[in-house]
Amino acid sequence: MSNITAHPGLPRSALRYRKIRDRLVEAVLLAAGLVAVFTTVAIVVILLSESAAFFEHVSLKDFFTDTLWTPLFADAHYGIAPLVAGTLTTTLVALIVAVPLGTTIAIYLSEFAPAQIRETVKPVLELLGAVPTVVFGYFALTMVTPALQKLMPELPGFNMLSAGLVIGLMIVPYISSVSEDAMRSVPRYMREGSYAMGATRLQTAVRVVVPGAFSGLAAAFILGISRAVGETMVVAIAAGMQPNLTFDPREPAATITAYIVQVSLGDLPHGSIGYQSIFAAGLVLMGITLIFNVIGFSLTRRFREAY
Amino acid sequence: MSAVDIAPAYRDNAKLRRGLSRRKLLDRVFVVVGMSVMLICLAVLAVLFVDLVRDGSARFSWNFFMNFASRKAEIAGILAAWVGTSLIMLVTATCAVPVGVAAAIYLEEYAPKNWFTAIIEINVTNLAGVPSIVYGLLALGLFVYQFNLGQSIAAAGLTLALLILPIVIVATREAIRSVPKSIREAAYGLGATRWEVTKDHVLPYSTGGVLTGMILGLSRAIGETAPIITIGALSFIAFLPESPVTSEFPFVSFKWLSDPFTAMPIQMFNWVSRPDQAFQANAAAAGAILLCMTLMMNGVAIWIRFRFRKKINW
Repeated sequence: MSNITAHPGLPRSALRYRKIRDRLVEAVLLAAGLVAVFTTVAIVVILLSESAAFFEHVSLKDFFTDTLWTPLFADAHYGIAPLVAGTLTTTLVALIVAVPLGTTIAIYLSEFAPAQIRETVKPVLELLGAVPTVVFGYFALTMVTPALQKLMPELPGFNMLSAGLVIGLMIVPYISSVSEDAMRSVPRYMREGSYAMGATRLQTAVRVVVPGAFSGLAAAFILGISRAVGETMVVAIAAGMQPNLTFDPREPAATITAYIVQVSLGDLPHGSIGYQSIFAAGLVLMGITLIFNVIGFSLTRRFREAY
Repeated sequence: MSAVDIAPAYRDNAKLRRGLSRRKLLDRVFVVVGMSVMLICLAVLAVLFVDLVRDGSARFSWNFFMNFASRKAEIAGILAAWVGTSLIMLVTATCAVPVGVAAAIYLEEYAPKNWFTAIIEINVTNLAGVPSIVYGLLALGLFVYQFNLGQSIAAAGLTLALLILPIVIVATREAIRSVPKSIREAAYGLGATRWEVTKDHVLPYSTGGVLTGMILGLSRAIGETAPIITIGALSFIAFLPESPVTSEFPFVSFKWLSDPFTAMPIQMFNWVSRPDQAFQANAAAAGAILLCMTLMMNGVAIWIRFRFRKKINW
């Protein structure tokens, strides 16, 4: 832009050029922002349109009331219940592990640990969340299951218990990190008020900080639930892939995600009912995630504390 | 005061002391509990790593990297897998980084505060929570069949690009937000346009955050298995994609984009799910390499964050 500096005043044409360029750049940047909107719309459209094709063959009543899910067999049944049961069972096992562990770590890091420990441990814990899920799957199948079999000799090689436990470990960092942020944002004077009344650190943490940060904790749990519901590789590897209508974590079962993987591993022709069934399963998965998020949102709303 | 009056007060005092020491004990117990829970979680990470390396140690050799998958566990290698993963990451990075950074700039520097911007922001937040396998379904319907990309490297790269877009956007926005207003105002004061301010001042200061976001995004993408299984990655491939570099003019070729592929996590999944125990060693070796790559990328991201935070003093 040497021509600009050569003139004592800015020539109009140069100014206009810069303004037009600015407009163009803004349009390009806006387009990039719209990619996110486009992705969401595309997800909804694809899931709905392929599921619509699926529900032309399968009635909604069968889908929700049939207790068998065998779309790829000659005697095809299309009841989503077994897959939903598998998903909810593994999620529940994962939460039973992750919620107490994650919350304890968060309370410890936020209220008890010296700053130095906190700053070192946080990134390392985040590494635990960065481990590829297929590696966690291997861990569940080759280490956790044999260890559990020593305690429970009748436990089958594929079971939801070991998959759920490992998913639980996997989501601990998500829960602890978000909860810790929430607890740290509880203002200092509330803690000091509690200490002044003679409360110990634990009492302050449990009775002042945790209630004060409840909306943040709810958000952390919802994040964990979403991860557990959508987790795929651990259950595909360690829980077996047989649809099984049971809530007993000691049994093998397929989750919604494991079913999608199972179908994708085969080579189903585009447009077949098996192909469409994975989109219907995906739609149910999105539905479950959405329900939990709505619950989380209303909890967050209800218990939000304003400081 | 008579002794009769003192007695109840004394009793209360003793009770108070007992309660106090109990509460203090609980406090100390919690410190131990909290620390052990934390150490258990960190130990899991260590056990995981040691276990993978130990199980896979029999397979670590030059041949493991240079052999294709095979029916015999001893000679099966990860050549097609690591080449596939590298090429997919190339596509993912070239798509996700420019789009993610541009979207972040728009949201931070340009977007007016209105319902339209709010929609974009809500979308970015929600996309971060969508299960990865749903991205696979999206890609299967959209890239594979609507855009006719087929089960190719391009389709896999684009899928993972969409998956990590929210990560790149969020990291870049944070970096941009941390650039103080005064720097922008100084540039505006000298007559710079909005784009000039962004390009010459805001972006250079946010490089650290952008890099961190890019590396964290790619480290997520490199281990993602479910979405690329969904679009139809093959698990047995005994050939390499077309070379991107050719000996004839114009020396680059893009034919590899449409080649079928396999990737590291897919290869590992394939080996894990075989009943033959010998393949578990291959799975462990592949897993150890994958884990090393992820941990290294995360380590670099942490280091960059640390360095930039230390270097910049507003």
